[in-house]
Amino acid sequence: MSEIIAYIQRPNLYTFTMPVVAVLGAVFGFITGNIYGAPAIGLPIGALIGAALAAVLAQIISIKPWKKIWGAAAVFAAVGAIFGGFAGIVGGLVVGVSMSWFAIWIGSGKYRAGVPNYYTPAQVLWHNSFLFICALVFFFLIAPLVPVVWLSFNAEDFFTFTPEMLAFKAEGYSLKHYYDFLGSDEWMVPLKNSLIIAPIATIISVSLGTLAAIGLSQSHVPGRQAIMAILISPMIVPLIISATGMFFFYAPLGNWLQASLGLNQAFVGYIKVILAHAVLGIPFVIITVTATLVGFDRSLTRAAANMGADPVTTFFRVQMPLILPGVISGGLFAFITSFDEVVVVLFVGSARQQTLPWQMFTGLREQISPTILAAATILVTVSILLLTTVELLRRRSERLRGLSPG
Amino acid sequence: MSDTTQQPMLSADGRPLKQSLARALRRQKIRALLLIAPLLLFVVVTFIIPILSMLFRSVENEIVSNTLPHTVVALQEWDGTTNQAPDEEVYRHLYFDLFRAVESKEHTKLGSRLNYEQTGLSSLFRTSGRSLDDLGEEYQDPLEEIDPRFKEGAFWYEMLNGEGGEELLESRRELWRMGVGESMAGDIGFVPSAQMAEMLPWTTRAYTDFAIWTVIDDEDVVAEEDPWEAVYAGLAQDLQNPETITAISNYSGPGAEALQAAANNVDKLPEVNFREGFAKIKEDWASPEVWSTIQVFSANYTPGYFLNAVDLELTPDGVQAKPENQQIYMQLFMRTLWMALVITGACIVLGYPVAWLLANLPMRVANTLMILVLLPFWTSLLVRTSAWKVLLQQQGVINDILVWLGFVGDADRLILMNNATGTIVAMTHILLPFMILPLYSVMKTIPPSYLRAAKSLGATNWTAFWRIYFPQSVPGIGAGSILVFILAIGYYITPEIVGGTSGIFISNRIAYHISSSLNWGLAAALGSILLVVVLVLYWAYDKIVGIDNVKLGG
Repeated sequence: MSEIIAYIQRPNLYTFTMPVVAVLGAVFGFITGNIYGAPAIGLPIGALIGAALAAVLAQIISIKPWKKIWGAAAVFAAVGAIFGGFAGIVGGLVVGVSMSWFAIWIGSGKYRAGVPNYYTPAQVLWHNSFLFICALVFFFLIAPLVPVVWLSFNAEDFFTFTPEMLAFKAEGYSLKHYYDFLGSDEWMVPLKNSLIIAPIATIISVSLGTLAAIGLSQSHVPGRQAIMAILISPMIVPLIISATGMFFFYAPLGNWLQASLGLNQAFVGYIKVILAHAVLGIPFVIITVTATLVGFDRSLTRAAANMGADPVTTFFRVQMPLILPGVISGGLFAFITSFDEVVVVLFVGSARQQTLPWQMFTGLREQISPTILAAATILVTVSILLLTTVELLRRRSERLRGLSPG
Repeated sequence: MSDTTQQPMLSADGRPLKQSLARALRRQKIRALLLIAPLLLFVVVTFIIPILSMLFRSVENEIVSNTLPHTVVALQEWDGTTNQAPDEEVYRHLYFDLFRAVESKEHTKLGSRLNYEQTGLSSLFRTSGRSLDDLGEEYQDPLEEIDPRFKEGAFWYEMLNGEGGEELLESRRELWRMGVGESMAGDIGFVPSAQMAEMLPWTTRAYTDFAIWTVIDDEDVVAEEDPWEAVYAGLAQDLQNPETITAISNYSGPGAEALQAAANNVDKLPEVNFREGFAKIKEDWASPEVWSTIQVFSANYTPGYFLNAVDLELTPDGVQAKPENQQIYMQLFMRTLWMALVITGACIVLGYPVAWLLANLPMRVANTLMILVLLPFWTSLLVRTSAWKVLLQQQGVINDILVWLGFVGDADRLILMNNATGTIVAMTHILLPFMILPLYSVMKTIPPSYLRAAKSLGATNWTAFWRIYFPQSVPGIGAGSILVFILAIGYYITPEIVGGTSGIFISNRIAYHISSSLNWGLAAALGSILLVVVLVLYWAYDKIVGIDNVKLGG
């Protein structure tokens, strides 16, 4: 089959390439014309330019494709600079790169590269449109994060782009929101709270959760379904309901702790939030660790016992190292659950336990300051790090599972 | 050989093998349960009990009977349909019940509670609380004129302190306990005299209430404090009874002289009429409407919150629909369900092609593209919500681009935020990974050869997809949809920030009742209804996919 696809036929320049590129050119022409209030004039001009570009690029065979693309982009950027200044350059680059790439992609017949030779034109069109749609969805997933990171370097106290920023002038950018974030109690205290609450909650859910997951993975557990349902329930019940229930129950619990054990109010506040977050993280630990234990080879523990290790030694020296990736990724889920959680802490905590997401939430609701965006950018970086860790752990776990027999 | 078949098999330690195995199995079960037990206990205490306490809250209504215990009992016999206010006895109980409530400031809570059912009751209780002292002073002043000893706290203490009234003391303490919600335990330093309790029942009761409150809450000594106005009102009430007058004339214990003076000068006291007194404080007290509301909500458990949550109300004539302009919850439930459905639909439409692409690409490319799905999944919810605020606001990125391109005039920028559009767009983005991941894991298991087989048998691309591939991917759609739907109907943060008023969910209303209107019972009822919806969906999820198949992060 591969040799069928390997031979790619160039389509006819005049009956196919030029009209198709002209269509894209017309779209760009329409949009550009619209900026100047004359879409009807832009449309035919764009179509002509597109057809011409396709023709020109098809004649030049001696130059490598990527050089052709940048050459065309440079021409378009230069034209853009004459008409629209800096924005024109950017627009010209975008239009130039996409149109020349498209012209080469169509002209060289590469658009059929991914499909079998026997596909009808309509099927090829559908295949490529499908890829385009998927690309749009990926764009939809990722693109919203870009302005957040970009705007966090804003020199003004605005939530919007300033002309200086769009012109890429140095005075439009600054790190002042990062200094604001790092230098004010308003943000540092919540960050500190988050860093106290999330790790302790994670430790509680990981330690109890791992033990329970090991118990659940034994072959004979009476009432396993019911137990599983109870342990997973914090993930299933909507947060607002958990928060409401906790609000009703934790207030008297806190009063009782204060009155009968003589603990101070701030300490009890932390305990309440930590307990609430720990229980929210437990389902994630249970799910990931039980999933890891499915691939765990039981004969290893028997072998360890056979050689005289007691259950505790077996657990720490044999079982734990093998299920560690699952435990850590469960822990990371629990951590992010707590670190990212607002609703429960809003209901259960008091102002002293204000966490980073809480501060962001009040910020978004009340006073809008780009410091939120600086915080958001830092959180995006953290989540990229976490994602990388989980991904590496998952691969390691798969490798280990692949090695273990059975 | 024959031995092994006749006799039970023995294990190494000489026990029958069957028994030995059963024991090992039992041990294994116990060990498994012991490993699970700490977590189970933890989850039950920190999660299940709070949820149950919410369910309890949604029907609990003890505040009325706890705050006005005697009134509620006396009111039971009243027939609200006669359109007549209740008789004096009810008002009398109301006075003494309310006096205690005012001292402990519980009457405002009761007022707020009843205000949910009938507007105006909150202010009625507040005003009455302020004027209640005046009602007692009407009797206090003449009594003190008749005998100045009535002014002294020590005199009252001496007169009413005695023995035999422990039962009364404990029953009054119990009333306080229920009314205030504190233990009220401790030594009072006062025991009502049984003789006085019989002779002056209202006075003794009021004084006992006063004594308990003074000692436990104010931490004062009973004998050193001047009694409440209610005690004087109680005495005045007792003196109305001719039998009491006779009893006083035969009485010779402490304070006999002053009591006899009071008994001889009953005509100097204004006639006791609490009904008129209350009507004077506020006319509403004479209206049967107020009383029927109290009567309807005097039970310890009420369906009232649930009825409110579905736009009904409990009236003396039974369950009725609320006035049109107050019907908001059914609409809000419907909107929540509708928007969650739209979001789920949008997630299927956007997620299906991407999941298909990921499942059919070579592993290496798919893993790289998977990062694009997982990155938003791992990014803080608040970050993504603020991103949409940046994008959607009127001076935001999307509007800026549209204006620059000339599609939208600068003056009429699109309103993309603070309405349903904003909520749907932002939540589709936030929940899309939850759709893609289960879809992907199901599609991964569909062998690509099926499609090829279908095509080689002459199916068109569309037929092959629709008849062969799609039915096999339905479990993935089901799993993803229910996950997204369950998450969506409980969302709070995103609608709160980008939803405005027309894009909010039922959860925002719950939060509003918890933190702003303080109608916790209604919040609990709304939450309980939402919980039932989610549990039904979850049950369906379990039937379709099974909870063991929940996968995270691909």
